[in-house]
Amino acid sequence: MTITIEPDVEIVEERIDIQVRRSTADRVYRAAATAAGATTFVLMGLIGTFLLVRGTGAFRKSGFSFFTEFAWQPDLGGKFGVGAVLPYTIAIALVALTIAVPVSILAALFITEYAPRRARRILTSIVDLLAAVPSLIYGLWGLFSLQPRLVKLSKWMADHLGFIPIFRVRAEGPKTLSLFPSSTFIAGIIVSLMLIPICTAVMREVFGQAPTNEKEGALALGGTRWGVIRDVILPFGRGGIIGGAMLSLGRALGETIAVTLIISPVFTPKLDILSQGSNSIAALIALKFSESNELGISALMAAGLTLFVITLLINSMASFIVSKSRSGEATEI
Amino acid sequence: MTDTELDTELAPATEPERIRIRTLDPDDATAVGGSALASLALTWLIYGRLVPLTGGLGFWVCWYIIFVTAVWAVTRQLSDAIHARDQLARVIIWSGGMAVIAPLLLVVGYTISRGYHALRPSFFVEDQRYVGALSKSTEGGGAHAIIGTLQQVGLALVISVPLGVMSAVYLSEVKGRLARPLRTATDAMSAVPSIVAGLFIYAIWILSFGQSQTGFAGSLALSVLFLPTVTRTSEVVLRLVPGGLREASLALGGGDWRTTSRVVLPTARSGLATAVILGMARVIGETAPLILTIGGAFVVNANPFSGKQDSLPYFVFRLVRFPQESQIDRAWTGALVLLMLVLVLFVIARIIGGRGPDHIGRLRRRRLKKEGLA
Amino acid sequence: MTLLDNTTEFVVPSTIDRSRVEMEARNVACWFGDNKVLADVNLQMPAGEVTALIGPSGCGKSTFLRTLNRMHELVPSASLAGTITLGGEDIYRSRLPVTETRRRVGMVFQKPNPFPAMTVAENVVSGLKLAGVKVTRSERQDLVEHCLRRAGLWQEVEKRLGDPGRALSGGQQQRLCIARALAVEPQVLLMDEPCSALDPTSTRRIEETIATLQETITIVIVTHNMQQAQRVSQRCAFFLAAYGEPGHIVESGTTERIFNNPDDPRTSDYVQGRFG
Repeated sequence: MTITIEPDVEIVEERIDIQVRRSTADRVYRAAATAAGATTFVLMGLIGTFLLVRGTGAFRKSGFSFFTEFAWQPDLGGKFGVGAVLPYTIAIALVALTIAVPVSILAALFITEYAPRRARRILTSIVDLLAAVPSLIYGLWGLFSLQPRLVKLSKWMADHLGFIPIFRVRAEGPKTLSLFPSSTFIAGIIVSLMLIPICTAVMREVFGQAPTNEKEGALALGGTRWGVIRDVILPFGRGGIIGGAMLSLGRALGETIAVTLIISPVFTPKLDILSQGSNSIAALIALKFSESNELGISALMAAGLTLFVITLLINSMASFIVSKSRSGEATEI
Repeated sequence: MTDTELDTELAPATEPERIRIRTLDPDDATAVGGSALASLALTWLIYGRLVPLTGGLGFWVCWYIIFVTAVWAVTRQLSDAIHARDQLARVIIWSGGMAVIAPLLLVVGYTISRGYHALRPSFFVEDQRYVGALSKSTEGGGAHAIIGTLQQVGLALVISVPLGVMSAVYLSEVKGRLARPLRTATDAMSAVPSIVAGLFIYAIWILSFGQSQTGFAGSLALSVLFLPTVTRTSEVVLRLVPGGLREASLALGGGDWRTTSRVVLPTARSGLATAVILGMARVIGETAPLILTIGGAFVVNANPFSGKQDSLPYFVFRLVRFPQESQIDRAWTGALVLLMLVLVLFVIARIIGGRGPDHIGRLRRRRLKKEGLA
Repeated sequence: MTLLDNTTEFVVPSTIDRSRVEMEARNVACWFGDNKVLADVNLQMPAGEVTALIGPSGCGKSTFLRTLNRMHELVPSASLAGTITLGGEDIYRSRLPVTETRRRVGMVFQKPNPFPAMTVAENVVSGLKLAGVKVTRSERQDLVEHCLRRAGLWQEVEKRLGDPGRALSGGQQQRLCIARALAVEPQVLLMDEPCSALDPTSTRRIEETIATLQETITIVIVTHNMQQAQRVSQRCAFFLAAYGEPGHIVESGTTERIFNNPDDPRTSDYVQGRFG
């Protein structure tokens, strides 16, 4: 390594051109570490390239209508596109986020500010453990245990909150419970359970870094605990909250198994989230994969590429926001 | 600072009574408890009697809303608006904390209750070769799936841990020109949806290289997910190693490689192990990438490089969508075993993570004795 | 950066001439980026003597010390000018690899920093491991004892060689760090405020250690403690930096003269505790 500095007019001394003679071992080591680091870039490039190469056939056939077409019938030679699937994917993610983000903020505040010192470590462990529970198991639990209860809530909401467009369910005749399972709403709730630990972990870390002197300053002025949270911790942790939310959004969009287990796929868009039937790109790939012909696979690759690009963008943005926020310097998302 | 130190000379026998600072204010406790009970009564009255509503879930939702309102109103009556808001925040944030613990108990409890009655020791040694759709759920087992999972995760570990740790070393020790973009790329890659990882391996390994679906293809897909996780968590761990140790090593004439291999990595040992095991706990339950890559099987195939393999999550995912009760029970048994694997890995990670860098294991102690260094 | 200069790299310490040597700095200037922190430093650090660098905080003493074993260049933006010689050989311009320079010029830091993942004994021989030197079991044990004795720590840790280095007290840890530095047989030992994190008793033990070491090794010590400088050193250099200006040496000479009969009024003010 050679450190050279541009000559400065005022300085007459000649700076030493520092020579570091590295041993062969050190040079090999640095090269190996650089190569290892480069694999991530290579991998990223390969994923994009190969999905694009394999999806080109489908893109060529459908053209831009790939993003507007509702139906998915590439195998029958019909039309196909993510025009319906993508909005459903986003809707599930938004439902999940609406629940996960507020709960995570509360949980993170509880862990950092309210929980007794000893409980704090246990709670942190529990959050980590929850993040390690496979999404498959959340999906199973959601399907067998939660869904039968949630359909009642769905019906209740449709009955009493039906004046809000997204809760309005139209039915021929009386509304029965069988109208409500496998919906966007229920899938979103199950996904939110998976997001809560991830999101809580990010926010807990950020809140935990709120400067003690500012907190004590607020308390010394006679502020209440809520006052400290409102005036010190929440402003301090704003970047972490936004970053955590976006990270969760990325996860929610890509969640496969839990959504696949819950939903019954539909390809016509609808406004309400409570009635039966939903979809997502990831679930589409998981469900259609085994029954697709060559064009079908190509179309799935195209859909996968769409998902890949979206999550990549969202996550880079989340990473950027967290690292730019005042609190984010030492935080990893 | 204890007050006993100050008082020993004056009153050696009696310990002065300490002021109890962290106990709950009795007024607050009464307010919260009273509100809880009162709102319960009120909810019962409104919910059951005045408005024709039904359903357990709705009842508790209404109760919670009334309870929170009551806490605020009562505290406001007792003291002032500021205290009331503080109390309100306390109650809501406490419920948020509880809302995080609850799912763990429910998920684990439900999985155990559904999975345990079909769990026999035979589950760990038999496969599904003699099992038909109408067999009882205790017949056959998931040995083929367990073997598959362990092999696939093991291979993924072998591929991505060295790469990931070296990438982390690049980020935190070599600090080359690529460090900043690499960090962003790693962050972005760790959000790659797991199904996309499977799709990618399918596109490159199976469609383009003409390989068939094998356990190894599955482990490649898992590696795509594992690598960024290992890189990121390892980098965090390496950055915790104090810079003074690196300086001390360099000042002794250590080169870059030996500083990393003899000082930095050993110091971060337990943290790295924890990071890897936690990463494993997450990867072991991944289902989506395997759907496309391993093919699935009903019999033991101990060779991950040839022929289709099964894995525990995929086994569960397939069986649970059968209409037969026995298949669903079998799936739950598989889910229980999977959950236990995750729990075991988690506990191991916690035990190792609790050790400081100066922990000297038995094996190491013996080696040190032999070298005359202990 | 040449590829074939490994011949000088992994020299077994005992094959190098380890007799005491002097160090000399001529016209040394240091920068961090474009910020000049040290200007025109000329100083002789004679063999077998203890040279103390004194002066208020932020006047460049530590920066100067770190140029003497090429630790300065570890800061990415750092650069320097001038000449620093070790036994007559320019350490920045000779073909000596930087690792070899650092092995010849050892360093003890302000905060004790034994390697936490190593035992007491491993810490002592860690320098050999880091240099890739292989020694036999008995050589190693002898070296551990020899170095710990020279650092004045042997009697306290004789029975604790298998404990982690961090298990010792702060003062013991610092002497362990001295023993660790001695194990690679340096010709010069740099000490950067080695006692500032220690209690008076430990400080006294370290000063005793310095007194016995100076017979065999050239020592340069940075200290904020005037009494300590008087007790341990034979020569003294007074550093000073005016606000916004790079640090420089106001005057240097025998410790006796600097403390009792300095030329510069600023020196006499400082050594008598009137500022800084």
